[in-house]
Amino acid sequence: MVTIKQTSMPALHDMCSLSLTVNGQHYERRVPARLLLSDFLRHELHLTGTHVGCEHGVCGCCTILLNGEAVRSCLMLAVQADGMDLTTIEGFASSQEPLHPIQQAFQEKHALQCGFCTPGIIVSVHALLREHPMPTEEEIRHGLSGNLCRCTGYQNIVAAVKCAAVYLADQETTHSRNENNK
Amino acid sequence: MKPPQFQYCAPGVLDEALGLLDQCGTDAKILAGGQSLIPLLNVRLVAPLYLVDINRVAALDYIDARENHLAVGAIVRQRSVEQSPVVRQRHPLLIEAITYIGHMQIRNRGTLAGSIVHADPAAELPALLCCLDGEIVARSSTGERIIKAEQFFTDYLTTTLDAREIVTEIRLPWLPPQAGWACIEFTRRAGDYALAGAIAVVVPTPAGTCQSARISYFGIAATPVRGYEIEQMLIGTTLDDAILQAAAHAAESLVQDDLSDIHATSTYRRALTAEATRRVLRTAWQRCQNRS
Repeated sequence: MVTIKQTSMPALHDMCSLSLTVNGQHYERRVPARLLLSDFLRHELHLTGTHVGCEHGVCGCCTILLNGEAVRSCLMLAVQADGMDLTTIEGFASSQEPLHPIQQAFQEKHALQCGFCTPGIIVSVHALLREHPMPTEEEIRHGLSGNLCRCTGYQNIVAAVKCAAVYLADQETTHSRNENNK
Repeated sequence: MKPPQFQYCAPGVLDEALGLLDQCGTDAKILAGGQSLIPLLNVRLVAPLYLVDINRVAALDYIDARENHLAVGAIVRQRSVEQSPVVRQRHPLLIEAITYIGHMQIRNRGTLAGSIVHADPAAELPALLCCLDGEIVARSSTGERIIKAEQFFTDYLTTTLDAREIVTEIRLPWLPPQAGWACIEFTRRAGDYALAGAIAVVVPTPAGTCQSARISYFGIAATPVRGYEIEQMLIGTTLDDAILQAAAHAAESLVQDDLSDIHATSTYRRALTAEATRRVLRTAWQRCQNRS
């Protein structure tokens, strides 16, 4: 008797293929299934702006945008990002470009000291300001609650978020004015 | 702080996932939002040989407002529930409970069903499901069964789900239109697990007394705890201060004795549970008064 092996079943693997877009650039890699997305970004793509603090989702340093939504990259496997569009802090402004308005506001308001938490905070603030373009102080503090900063005491970060909201609104106004003049 | 080795698969249809579970049994874990499982992998508190990722099973991604309940598919993100117009309009208690979960970044990935299956006794959603007498729909390769919330949670992070079953849907009953409701919790840091929390629903009679009440607790024992005795005490009353005091006193005895840890002693948790009882019932009662 010949046993017919069932072939319709999908297979389990410890290495997986991965194809994704990060900061507008397309990548294809083979990675171990157990590789965290945060480690993939840092070690495989050398995008070391995504910081790794606690590795269990508490500190917020590794926050990135996944299809536009802020998520913890240490709480995802790299392989789960297959087919997705990611933005890391490097995607906000390259070293040749002027700072992103949120980064500009953080610099001006002295919203960082050691800077370790800053990339995650910038990404989270981007998501916050998209949902609340002119947030109240309470909304800002609530929006920052998923990111820990051990240096600043948050006062200047809150000030920077208020400032960034104004910069982004100005940018929006200028943009629509230019569109209308075309 | 890196996950141990495992074999991984992300099937696109449920039957394939169920077939994999039949093969792997207790050596497999289901990965949905991963906001509880991946931390456990990272700190190596769990080491499954196989990980079956159901995020690509598109058929499990739905929010359905049915006649008697809200049905939420197994891979619906907490954030999608929070932003769903039908949920915002028709299930405000679910919205209130969800906004206590972690942070926006966590809720963007975490699923409603995943939080319930993970069964952390300090989490909001298992307690909400118990409070509302909700149901869990579980599928295996041999069929489907519907599990009542009170028969689902058995111990710390433990449920009656079989290793070959996948939860496909969570059913949350609607509240009566005249009901008042509230969810409150005490945490050491915003977004952290609750030291103690309570969820309540009260329904008034036209005459303004309490017709029925539901109250459940989280963070106070190895499972969510329903306060059946307190519910009975409230019926026929106007939830005045004396009744709230009696309810708070009764709630203290629901707190498990050996719950002292680095975050709080059992004594402190009892005090928080009493205060949570007063506040959650007062808020719920005020909300139904405001409506009439």
